[in-house]
Amino acid sequence: MQLNKNIAVSENGFIFNPVSGDSFSTNPIGQEIINLMKEQKDRKEIVKILAEKYATEEAILEKDLADFFQMLLSYQLINSHD
Amino acid sequence: MAKLSYERPVIQKLNTGSMNKFGTRTEYAPVSHIEGVAVKDIIAEYGSPVFVISEPQIRKNYQNAVRAFKTRYPKVQFAWSYKTNYLNAVCKVFHQEGAWAEVVSIFEYKKALGNGVPGNKIIFNGPDKSEEDLILAIENKSLIHIDHFDELYMLIEVVQRLKQKASVAIRVNMDTGVYPMWDRFGFNYENGQAWNAINKIMSHPELELNGLHCHIGTYMLTASAYATAAWKLCDLALNVKAKWNKPIQYLDLGGGFASANTLKGSYLQGPDIIPSMEDYAEAISSTILNFGFKQNELPTLFLETGRALIDDAGYLLGSVIATKRLSDGRRATIMDFGVNLLFTAFWYNHKISPAQEFSHHTEDMVVYGPLCMNIDCIRESVNLPLLSKGDQVVVHKVGAYNMTQWMQFIQMRPNVVMIDGQNRVHLIRHKESLDTMLQYEHLPQHLEKFEL
Ligand SMILES: Cc1ncc(COP(=O)(O)O)c(C=O)c1O
Repeated sequence: MQLNKNIAVSENGFIFNPVSGDSFSTNPIGQEIINLMKEQKDRKEIVKILAEKYATEEAILEKDLADFFQMLLSYQLINSHD
Repeated sequence: MAKLSYERPVIQKLNTGSMNKFGTRTEYAPVSHIEGVAVKDIIAEYGSPVFVISEPQIRKNYQNAVRAFKTRYPKVQFAWSYKTNYLNAVCKVFHQEGAWAEVVSIFEYKKALGNGVPGNKIIFNGPDKSEEDLILAIENKSLIHIDHFDELYMLIEVVQRLKQKASVAIRVNMDTGVYPMWDRFGFNYENGQAWNAINKIMSHPELELNGLHCHIGTYMLTASAYATAAWKLCDLALNVKAKWNKPIQYLDLGGGFASANTLKGSYLQGPDIIPSMEDYAEAISSTILNFGFKQNELPTLFLETGRALIDDAGYLLGSVIATKRLSDGRRATIMDFGVNLLFTAFWYNHKISPAQEFSHHTEDMVVYGPLCMNIDCIRESVNLPLLSKGDQVVVHKVGAYNMTQWMQFIQMRPNVVMIDGQNRVHLIRHKESLDTMLQYEHLPQHLEKFEL
């Protein structure tokens, strides 16, 4: 899973797509996920990393990640889901 | 190492071009306690969802309203509108504060009697009073407010047969400049119907015309409508005095003062636009005081205020069942309470607060109830923190009409608790169970057995 080319991510959670001109904001965990994507981590690895760090269950993380990726897709920040 | 608390990831598009001139009010300030009692403790003990009523808030509202009127007008009497919330504990708080009872059915009437309200301090309104109901009201010397000519003729027949007097008033409907006009209850002022009814009553000595009543509408956003209503009742009263030399004892201006809820479709928030109790009191009092009654014939002012006295004393606590994403990308949150419990969600955009801390990140969402029915929507669009399954919320200003108009549909009705002035929590209505429902069902014998 890869962010589309040219997508700019700032340190405070702002995301800019120079192709469409759209900008977005995300919360700290959303930013963390985007950074992990930039490090080429795949979905499973991301779930594992977050599960170790946060007080929640993997099933919930999986569900929320799926939703998050769906939104990235709808905003044309990624091209495919998996 | 302790794990960090989790908030689900969210990403939102920033719309810079389309500023809303009213701004979007977010409702994410958490409300973790009600009258000093933790929301999570109430839910742990009484379940979710659960209605919570603040006794101190009711008393405060009542005392404020009484003060607003009594500082402007010498003779004022409130009567608690039972239909607004007729849980006995709620009614008794109002009665302890000095309110009489205002009822619109024999069921409510008997509830008021059962609560210990003397018969002559019960106002009996409404279009549905049977002959039997009228007899009971006459014997108890209650204040019978006549709604239509059929009731008037029945009442005449009854008092003549019983050879007893009845204390009566008529409900008057009228044009107060607010539309739609409520003309289905009572007798019309403008077309002379009210005056005809008065003439009919005055020709029967068994009927004692003590009062004139109106209830011009509900959630009235202009205080001046009450000045118009008071003027028209005063006009009728002084015409009665002129024709029969009979002073009218009381004018009942009904209910209808707005509570601080926000009506659906309104950009402006309820608290910013509703008249204050003082505004209503000033409009009504100054009209009556300036009308020309003799000092010793000034009528008592009755008020049947409902929602404005109880809405903000009621809360509904609930929990998130699930969150999902709709096909158009919108977030949907499903709560364990719906329109089955929150009838007023059809009129109001009820404020919903989370009961626990969240980050400042929020999202727009639609809030649904648990019913498997399309109508079950609590908020079509609201900005809230990133709620997840199990999170608890507080719905505000639900004290009026919900605990009477709730429906047993798909789900059963939950516990209702009251928090008193010492922060003690009392169960005032037990939640329903399957047994509650089955109590009323009967099964014909031939339907008992089947095989599948
Ligand atoms: C006759 C009468 N009095 C009083 C009320 C209480 O009205 P509100 O809750 O708007 O004050 C109502 C409500 O419908 C009513 O019908």
